[in-house]
Amino acid sequence: MGSERNLSVDFAGILMKNPVTTASGTFGSGAEYDEFVDLNQLGAVTTKGVASVPWEGNPTPRICETYGGMLNAIGLQNPGIDLFVKRDIPFLKQYDTNIIVNVCGKTPEEYIEVVERLAEEDIALLEINISCPNVKAGGIAFGQDPKLVEQITRRIKEKARQPVMMKLSPNVTDITEMARAAEAGGADAVSLINTLTGMKIDINKRTFALANKTGGMSGPAVKPVAVRMVYQTAHAVKIPVLGMGGISNAEDALEFLMAGATMVAVGTANFHNPMATIDVIKGVEAFMKENGVKDIKELIGCVG
Amino acid sequence: MAKIKTTAQVFRQEKISDGIYSMWLSFQEQENIASEAVPGQFLSLYSKDGSRLLPRPISICEIDREERRIRIVYRIAGKGTEEFSALTEGENIDVMGPLGNGFTIQDGTALLIGGGIGIPPMLELAKVLSDAGKQVKVVLGYRDSDLFLKEEFEPYAEIYVSTEDGSVGTKGNVIDAIIAHAVHADTIYACGPLPMLRGVKAFAVENKIPAELSMEEKMACGIGACLACVCQSGEKDAHSNVCNKRVCKDGPVFDALEIEI
Repeated sequence: MGSERNLSVDFAGILMKNPVTTASGTFGSGAEYDEFVDLNQLGAVTTKGVASVPWEGNPTPRICETYGGMLNAIGLQNPGIDLFVKRDIPFLKQYDTNIIVNVCGKTPEEYIEVVERLAEEDIALLEINISCPNVKAGGIAFGQDPKLVEQITRRIKEKARQPVMMKLSPNVTDITEMARAAEAGGADAVSLINTLTGMKIDINKRTFALANKTGGMSGPAVKPVAVRMVYQTAHAVKIPVLGMGGISNAEDALEFLMAGATMVAVGTANFHNPMATIDVIKGVEAFMKENGVKDIKELIGCVG
Repeated sequence: MAKIKTTAQVFRQEKISDGIYSMWLSFQEQENIASEAVPGQFLSLYSKDGSRLLPRPISICEIDREERRIRIVYRIAGKGTEEFSALTEGENIDVMGPLGNGFTIQDGTALLIGGGIGIPPMLELAKVLSDAGKQVKVVLGYRDSDLFLKEEFEPYAEIYVSTEDGSVGTKGNVIDAIIAHAVHADTIYACGPLPMLRGVKAFAVENKIPAELSMEEKMACGIGACLACVCQSGEKDAHSNVCNKRVCKDGPVFDALEIEI
């Protein structure tokens, strides 16, 4: 498939066979989707956020549907880095794909502990989650102040053996400020957008739809916001951008690529269509064929 | 055993009670959804409207392996299920399944307890247990005299009814009916609202009867990846490494003793 079309990209020094990965938190560590998707076909698998110790996450209900999207407040439930290294990395190593590990923490020290623990592991990239809106400490708290973004990026870069990608929050006045701060701190890439903080009220029960009251909004409804932010960020920094936010099909992915993203991630769409990642890859390739595009790099940032 | 999201055809749809619908879905020849399904498992049903992107998990009410059909009985809970209820014979709907783990068939007398919209999954279970030669007793909890599905249990089980308003059977809940009729069994199987399941668990523990409970929680992926639909477990779960189990993947049927409700 696609011998005459080049879908591969160099992302922060890592060769990806195509520019498509999964959005953290929507794909576990790939095992559950293995029944639907040939993981070998993905440019990379981005795993759910992992912390230095296991996290219980938030009370239920943790999700609700919204018009053209959803809210989630999972609260970064994760099994902790020890089990992740023992079980999830070996699972993914069976496949011919890159592993991007999403790292979360409540303090800079906790992020660093995970990063150091991953130093000897054969993974492609670290995605540092400084943008989760659903945890009380850490997460977004580091992602809304450019000084903190630069500081934590620098501290992680000092210890990291793999390229570092900072995952940015859209819940800021100017996302390019955060992207520049990450770049100044030495980040090798940025990924955006994480979810938009939202709320839903259950009018029949007269209470919040989520136990956490607020949650992160994702899905097709957020796509125009995400495309705009990716475009702005791609023009603000020299490091590559991994774009995401409501990508459900190849047309959506192409918008992000043309806006300047070197890679894209499929997230919420996996819940509606477990084959969404593969459909996106096939669709992008078909678009290239129809439009006489030999190399995907011709499309990246082509809108100027 | 690869799972698939596929398109099923509506074989029959009827309203069986106020806001409650029964729909038979037909699957194509090459698909083994019906042949693999067991009582207690569920299907994820997808809306055709792109504004509603999450699947609706609905438990399996009956399985017809020969005809490759599955029946679901569901309550209209919002716009998604309202959309499903408008489907007519021959129309298509996207479905994934069968998902989750079903009930296990145990020796001895079985006591099936269904409350409200938790009644439908008990029908296939009653059938399977009865076919396996087990003695089956069913306690059905309703709000009022609208006893949907009750007579369909008659060929398979000895039936007891409780109603909240006392119009039929024992006034009160399913436990009141069990006590009123001194119903004894070797295994309990239950599906219904959380307060009912709590009551069933307490009754089972008190009487030292093993119980399997079918849980419900808001889901997104339906296959164990997103960690939306967790319930608390008594001991640390091997997969999550915390005291949370995934309702969609580890359940929806759990041993009453492994979950905290």
